[in-house]
Amino acid sequence: MGRKYLLGNEAIAHACVESGVDFVSGYPGTPSSEVIDVLRVQPDRSYYVEWSVNEKVALENALAAAWCGIRSLCTMKHVGLNVAADPLMTSAYTGITGGLVIMSADDPFAHSSQNEQDTRCYAHFARVPCLDPASIQEAHDMIPEAFGLSEEFGLPVIFRPTTRICHSKGEVELGESVVSIRKGEFHKDPRQYVVIPAHTRVLHKKLNEKQSAIRKRLVERGFNHYKIRGKIAIIASGIGATYVQELLPEGVSFMKIGAYPIDEEWLGDFVKKHEKVLVIEELAPEVEEVVRQVAGCVPVFGKKNGYAPYEGELSPPAVAVIMEKAGFLPKNPFPQVDPIQNLPPRPPILCAGCLHRGAFYAIKKVFKDAIYPSDIGCYTLGLQLGVVDTTICMGASITVASGISHAGDPRDIVCTIGDSTFLHTGIQGLINAVYNGANITVVILDNRITAMTGHQPNPNTGVNACGVESPPVSLDALCRSCGVSFVESVDPYDITGMVNILQEAKKRKGVKVIIAKQMCVISARRAGVKRGRYRINPEICTGCGTCVRFGCPAIEFEDEKARINELCSGCAVCAELCPVGAIVREGKK
Amino acid sequence: MSGSFDILIVGIGGQGTILASNILGEACLIEGRHVKGAETHGMAQRGGSVESHIRIDGLFGPLIPPGQADLLISFDLLEALRYSHYLKKGGKMVVNRHLVLPTSVYTQNLVAPTEVEIIAALEKHVLCLLDADKMAEEAGSPLSQNVVMLGAASQSMPLKPESLLLAVKSLVPKKTIEINVKAFEMGREFGGTC
Repeated sequence: MGRKYLLGNEAIAHACVESGVDFVSGYPGTPSSEVIDVLRVQPDRSYYVEWSVNEKVALENALAAAWCGIRSLCTMKHVGLNVAADPLMTSAYTGITGGLVIMSADDPFAHSSQNEQDTRCYAHFARVPCLDPASIQEAHDMIPEAFGLSEEFGLPVIFRPTTRICHSKGEVELGESVVSIRKGEFHKDPRQYVVIPAHTRVLHKKLNEKQSAIRKRLVERGFNHYKIRGKIAIIASGIGATYVQELLPEGVSFMKIGAYPIDEEWLGDFVKKHEKVLVIEELAPEVEEVVRQVAGCVPVFGKKNGYAPYEGELSPPAVAVIMEKAGFLPKNPFPQVDPIQNLPPRPPILCAGCLHRGAFYAIKKVFKDAIYPSDIGCYTLGLQLGVVDTTICMGASITVASGISHAGDPRDIVCTIGDSTFLHTGIQGLINAVYNGANITVVILDNRITAMTGHQPNPNTGVNACGVESPPVSLDALCRSCGVSFVESVDPYDITGMVNILQEAKKRKGVKVIIAKQMCVISARRAGVKRGRYRINPEICTGCGTCVRFGCPAIEFEDEKARINELCSGCAVCAELCPVGAIVREGKK
Repeated sequence: MSGSFDILIVGIGGQGTILASNILGEACLIEGRHVKGAETHGMAQRGGSVESHIRIDGLFGPLIPPGQADLLISFDLLEALRYSHYLKKGGKMVVNRHLVLPTSVYTQNLVAPTEVEIIAALEKHVLCLLDADKMAEEAGSPLSQNVVMLGAASQSMPLKPESLLLAVKSLVPKKTIEINVKAFEMGREFGGTC
């Protein structure tokens, strides 16, 4: 295939095709989403691919496929693995007959995440192998190895790239695509697949007995290797190893860890050849803890004695600082430079014409002194509009709302959740709220797509991952069947209509659901929807600022008057808000 | 230091920094050179401040350390100032004379520096300032602003203009090749004068 300039996730997707993958499932989540986004649009693909409704569902599907003897891949972001943790832990016991690679992408520095948890800890917890690439090329090359290891040991293998692998680019040497001819076939074996206590006790022992051979094999395969160059040593993993290589001075030994579990005997031999050792890794001290176990009296520098941080991501300058502190002089010191202070920040914002902005405006207008639990999606950006009081994890808007309701706070509670998040893990919260008699208003922000992660379709969209039509879920019928009697749909571009329905909901007790339905403005643009832009008549505009405070990036303010720029998508909400009617459609008086 | 030529492209999500960095990467491939890069995906792309790192001849990690960039290409004046500490001493800046005030200025009443103040601050560096939006419109589409910027910056990077043009042709939508080639050439011509 030759060399290509690719995004890390594109290289990983290609490597899956080179490995003859048969079955692919996952739930979108930055930084993992592009792997399936690439795989699902390949022409003439020989594998099955789906976007599942959540990570637990995705992993159980992929596990079943691997029980049928084929190669399956399951992708998610690190926090998705929490959702899939239940099947993960026991899948290590049952094992598999085919190959199962679970890609769980970590996000040090939480560029696009709610926490900085480390997937390697899950691998350790579940006792399954974990591969941790240091570069895009290595990420690519590890995928066929991951399938091979999975088949050899009959265990799921976790593949853990980080943001700086997934969303980095570089030239990658690719192999040939492989068309698999495997056909899945399930062979009944209750002692393996039915984890009743009598079976699972045996399976647990088998899992533990595999560990020693796994550790040896990971060294043999070259994932973990070293070079002795002097009396002191640096041990590094993941992208941290790449940064260390950029800075490694002469006379310092170097060990690279790319796979877990680490062979302690092999590691101990290396450590004991040195007078001191520095461990460089992002997030949890997974490598450092093993190094400390085998180090004896060799001093170890790392997170546990304050030389390296537990949080955030590494970078060449950050690694240089750690090295200097621990007395390992880096080859290239970096100049100390400071960014210019006090510039107005430019955080991400809801798009011009986003349906969520109208919905939030109406919610705030009707429920002035309310509590606003929210959820994970583009609409988390409603924080800037003062309408997001909590987010914790996927699906935790309705549950937090009902928890606060039962805690006794007398204020109104209005929670917001997107359609994809509702289908992911929101439904259970709704059933629970109705069942237990919570007093809450639930606004489902229904843009019919999983927008933030790159517009992946979901069961509400009407097409599946491969663009094949599917019956769209009826959110209305779903909510009614959960026992909600007040379910109303409204267009959030129609502020008056939305305000009226919210007022109606405010009067009632119990669980009320309002479905605010409008296409994502990006999907609408791609679908060719043209609405015509709006402009401000400067002769009528009084400069009151009502439209500017709406927070739409298409509205600017200069020379005491508002102005609409080229970002306008024609949602017309601002025209409805303007108290003097100064906002009109372009071409109209 | 690591022997790579480091380019930082910055702007606002939606302005086309990713396509610009893809063009540079493809041009490196055409010349058979190593290249590493890193960019912003996900939530930050929604109108936020975005950055793309490209390290021509890069052998190690994708991130350019602050104070090390050889060239800064900015699609917006304020973003040029925000990332100016990435430039090394004597490094060059190619900046679009275009200022989008962040919405935070209006909604939180924050003070933003004026265009004149920003330009005065940027002039501490080797600066090439151009009106890429106007040139893009002349080339045939305001969307080709990113390719105008690459054209202007092409005078200051160790890649052949032929390789860059070939990369432009292979990466922009087919219908817009002519416009983008013109945009590149207009940018390059301007870049030669500053």
